[in-house]
Amino acid sequence: MAKKPLIILLLVAAALLLLPFGLPRFYIYLTALIVTMGLLATSLNFALGYGGIYQLHHGVFYGTGAYATAVMITKLGYSPWLAFIAGPLAAAALSLVMGIICIRLSKLYFGMLQISLGSLVWAIVYRWYSFTGGDDGIHGISIPSLIGSSKGAYYFTMIVAGLAMFFMYRILHSPFGSTLQGIRDNAVRSQAIGVNVRLHQLAALVMAGFFAGVAGVLFVVVDNSVFPDMLFWTLSLEITIMALLGGWFTFLGPMLGAAVIVSLRTFVSTYTEYWTFAMGLLLMLVILFLPEGVLGKVFEIWKRRKSLEVRS
Amino acid sequence: MLEVKGLSKSFGGFLAVNKATLEVNKGEIVAVIGPNGAGKTTLFNLVTGIIKPDNGQVIFKGEEITGLPAYKTCKKGITRSFQVVNIFSRLTVFENVRISVLSQQGKTYRWFTSSKEFANEETVELLESVGLIHRKDNVCGALSHGDQKVLEIAIALAGKPELLILDEPTAGMSPEETARCIDLIKRLSQSLGLTILFCEHDMELVFAIAQKIMVMVRGSTIAQGPPDEVRRNQQVQDAYLGGS
Repeated sequence: MAKKPLIILLLVAAALLLLPFGLPRFYIYLTALIVTMGLLATSLNFALGYGGIYQLHHGVFYGTGAYATAVMITKLGYSPWLAFIAGPLAAAALSLVMGIICIRLSKLYFGMLQISLGSLVWAIVYRWYSFTGGDDGIHGISIPSLIGSSKGAYYFTMIVAGLAMFFMYRILHSPFGSTLQGIRDNAVRSQAIGVNVRLHQLAALVMAGFFAGVAGVLFVVVDNSVFPDMLFWTLSLEITIMALLGGWFTFLGPMLGAAVIVSLRTFVSTYTEYWTFAMGLLLMLVILFLPEGVLGKVFEIWKRRKSLEVRS
Repeated sequence: MLEVKGLSKSFGGFLAVNKATLEVNKGEIVAVIGPNGAGKTTLFNLVTGIIKPDNGQVIFKGEEITGLPAYKTCKKGITRSFQVVNIFSRLTVFENVRISVLSQQGKTYRWFTSSKEFANEETVELLESVGLIHRKDNVCGALSHGDQKVLEIAIALAGKPELLILDEPTAGMSPEETARCIDLIKRLSQSLGLTILFCEHDMELVFAIAQKIMVMVRGSTIAQGPPDEVRRNQQVQDAYLGGS
């Protein structure tokens, strides 16, 4: 049954592996960026689509992962490899702390408090010139030569993102993942069958934060820089749009959404600075006609066809 | 087995439950009846820890469980179904029951093995026992109302309760579905030795299966005893049965 998707997946993986040969550098960079943003949007969807948690300021964990890595390399002089591991851990730690504070509130109130606390983190990063570079950010971060070239960075991104996606997939299909989806659908019912709702949600938040941190590290590797916009709430909004657009009840939807949004931003903004106009238009169409997102719709059609085949 | 003493809860000045008392012995089927708004559902919510009482005590198997959160009362052996269908609507019938089994087995923190490797037999067994096995791959939102109510019971059963609380199990069911549901409840009580506490509007159902009835009016317990005794009670007739 699951053969067809597997073949498609392998084809995509092969295409991604061969892509750097024969493509200009810019497109290699763009593809790595898309995968990085896609990983970030998937980690958001881990909490939002599967956990039903109003993770409104997910970008802050992405930024924290990236900044922790950048600061460790440039200001504290640690080995980059160590910094790559520390980044996601820092993001997970922040997620744990913010989670403990926010999880007492439900739904939208959770999201509001998260935006407030996240903005606080942003303000600190934005202002602390001596440590974080303030509004300039940090540029020219030295990356180990093995992954320093654009091809090297590309392959590193693909491997790490692939692993992260695999882990998230496994987690979401484990008993923990099933329980999380149960909580999303019905928190009261989950309590009544003996599930400690808040503890499960907190664990999910920490995991989502961790994988956002991984995406942050990848950005440092791909772009060699960090800047405060990475923690600003508009970025959180953008990745939320990616998840909604691609399909937030599907695993690969956010990745697809990231591809659409990042490409749109890159190509439309060469013609007009009002690229967000195109995004707004697209989003309206999706919300009106594909409320489950693009991939959600594809699966729906696929399922309907399959049930027709069974019947006939 | 379950003892409720002087339990009270008010919502913004409105006394929803007022010094309610209730006693349920092991193996009994006990019904709570009362007009709409008498506080039956609130009483169940208080017992199972969905909401916290203002006053009074809930004692289960000799242990005080007053105000314990719902996920803990469940582990103590009390599970429940809900009046308004309360299931995981995006998941399939099978997954709905499996989550409950996983929770009962304490496996909800397993995070790396596929769910498909856990709790399959138990889930199938449960679905067979309530007669929903042929629907196992359907998404719950697509089930008929009657089937959803039965699924409710299956989810509650998966918690391996000693005391099963059913909040209007047959509300909104067709006559045939109601008959099937009554059979199910009786069978559960007999074959598993379950203690069952339920509330219901359908008097026929109540007098058909309850061994003891507690009558609530405006949040207070006004009578408690075997069906015949309750039926003869003047106060109950005035307040609820309307002398009919």
